[in-house]
Amino acid sequence: MRKLAIKELEEKAKEIRKDVIRMVYEAQSGHIGGALSSAEIFSSLFFNVLNHDPKRPDWNERDRFVLSKGHACAGLYSAMARSGYFEVSELNTFRKIDSRLQGHPSRADLPMLEASTGSLGQGLSIAVGIALGLRLDSLKSRVYCLAGDGELDEGQIWEAAMAASHYKLDNLCAIIDVNGLQIDGWTKDIMNTQPLLDKFESFGWHVLEADGHNIKDILRAFEDAKKIDDMPVAILAQTVKGKGVSFMENKAEWHGKPPTKEEMIRALVELGDGKDER
Amino acid sequence: MKNKKEDDKKIETGKVKELATRAAFGDAIIALGKKDKRIVALTADLSESTKVSGFAEEFPDRFFQIGIAEQNMMNIAAGLSATGKIPFVATFAIFSSGRAWEQMRTAVCYANMNVKIIGSHSGLSNGGDGASHQELEDIAITRVIPNLRVIVPCDYVETVKAVIEASKIEGPVYIRVSRDNSPVITRETTRFQIGDAEVFSIGKDASIIACGKMVAIALDAAEELKKEGVFAGVINLHTIKPIDEKTILNAAKETGAIVTAEEHQVHGGMGSAVLEVLAGHPVPVEMVGVKDRFGQSGKVPELMKEYGLTKEDIKKAVHEVMKRKNQKTDSLRNIYI
Ligand SMILES: Cc1ncc(C[n+]2csc(CCOP(=O)(O)OP(=O)(O)O)c2C)c(N)n1
Ligand SMILES: [Mg+2]
Repeated sequence: MRKLAIKELEEKAKEIRKDVIRMVYEAQSGHIGGALSSAEIFSSLFFNVLNHDPKRPDWNERDRFVLSKGHACAGLYSAMARSGYFEVSELNTFRKIDSRLQGHPSRADLPMLEASTGSLGQGLSIAVGIALGLRLDSLKSRVYCLAGDGELDEGQIWEAAMAASHYKLDNLCAIIDVNGLQIDGWTKDIMNTQPLLDKFESFGWHVLEADGHNIKDILRAFEDAKKIDDMPVAILAQTVKGKGVSFMENKAEWHGKPPTKEEMIRALVELGDGKDER
Repeated sequence: MKNKKEDDKKIETGKVKELATRAAFGDAIIALGKKDKRIVALTADLSESTKVSGFAEEFPDRFFQIGIAEQNMMNIAAGLSATGKIPFVATFAIFSSGRAWEQMRTAVCYANMNVKIIGSHSGLSNGGDGASHQELEDIAITRVIPNLRVIVPCDYVETVKAVIEASKIEGPVYIRVSRDNSPVITRETTRFQIGDAEVFSIGKDASIIACGKMVAIALDAAEELKKEGVFAGVINLHTIKPIDEKTILNAAKETGAIVTAEEHQVHGGMGSAVLEVLAGHPVPVEMVGVKDRFGQSGKVPELMKEYGLTKEDIKKAVHEVMKRKNQKTDSLRNIYI
């Protein structure tokens, strides 16, 4: 796949945001906040960083992506559709009966997914397993895993973190979407997991920080990550939940709430246009 | 609790009100908390969804937000109960009964700790989220654990009673509640005793044994069957464990045909529990439930239809079981047909 440049990646992030708003509106259920906070991460990965071929999803040498924070899958589906895994029109089926685009990623329905996620805390372990398997097969492919900061409450994340450094998985890169919010409120009030940098370092990881809405900074972090030997890398991406739609930004209530028609239109206008291009 | 008077009136005038059983849990635990200081509550980043948020507001000192860490939460509850507290653990059924299963089994049930476990968003009631968040296996995996009582209340009013009764029992209790609204079909005055099934009506031709939301659907089915001249009794088996063997055997004897109905896998669920009671008794049984499939995203009514959990499905099962009863020679058959 042609690697897109920064300007184009910014455009893609905007497209993803608009898709997310439309999909969750259309389904009248789904998760907006955490999909918007990850929009630049999705666009950077799917249109630049990942070594993949959407027309050949089972290409053995592809890089792998695991969405551990599975609820943000509206953003993932948009990135997949717009990079060519399936028709953009299929996004209209999100969360509807018989759809391949389940409310949380389902590999049985959409085989080009690497994992079925949605139950938080499990994706990183799956990514560790994939990284071990790729190494056994002497493949150069890398594994990327996107997790939420609230998700880090799960003990299993830290079990996976230990295993990744124990097995010196330098083909594994975790991205943490540090948007500071989970469902019930601010992560610092619900369950404080900070200082994350120190925690991951003490678990044997190389830790990088990035502005999760600055494509240049994200690409720089992914490049730096590739240079690290013998350790897994965690990128702490500082983000804003609901990013791009003023009335959704930093609001816990927009974690899993569908917008009204009026809110959808307002959101799309803020994101650059009000008309549905699909 | 809330709206109690209003509900009773609605029932009497025949206009059935619809409420969510998770809301009943939320209301009941506040009432309990006012009376008993030992009541404490825990959640794993789902206080609004499970409706434990009201308790959290009213009694902030006795509420513990554990973050997204269900296994940790289950054992913290075990520890709290070791100091004489009565902890209620509240999260989605898939996470309380599923994610923290072994913690529940060993730290809570094996030690016979006084922990009450709430399984919210059970069955298909969490339509949009899909299979990862729906729970169609909790009756199976809870009822196999010794010491654990398993209650599946049929409506708002019964859930309030179940929560209050559970708090009076020494030992672990699992209560299954639903996200979506369902008709309120019992009253404040309806008798409720953990372990005693409630016989709504005595049938002649068949007995429908149901739990949870399926009880209201079974009542509707029975009503329609009556018009066809078929008399099916309806039994609300709200307690799956300890199971009311006497009422089940009685129904089998009286009507000679049983239909079970649950918003759960037919394997290992309430229907299976009924079959265990009926083992050795020659009575035909038809099971209404999810037939060995995962759930999926969709609107709840659509899903209930897709998974064969409607009053039509119950009516069909009643006709089927009566046919077999009348044939007498009941050959081996496949439950998937
Ligand atoms: C094991 C598990 N417990 C609870 C949930 C319910 N849940 C869905 S999203 C969420 C909050 C996630 O917060 P975070 O990881 O910070 O995601 P983000 O802010 O990026 O949306 C919770 C508790 C779940 N999906 N899985
Ligand atoms: Mg977050």
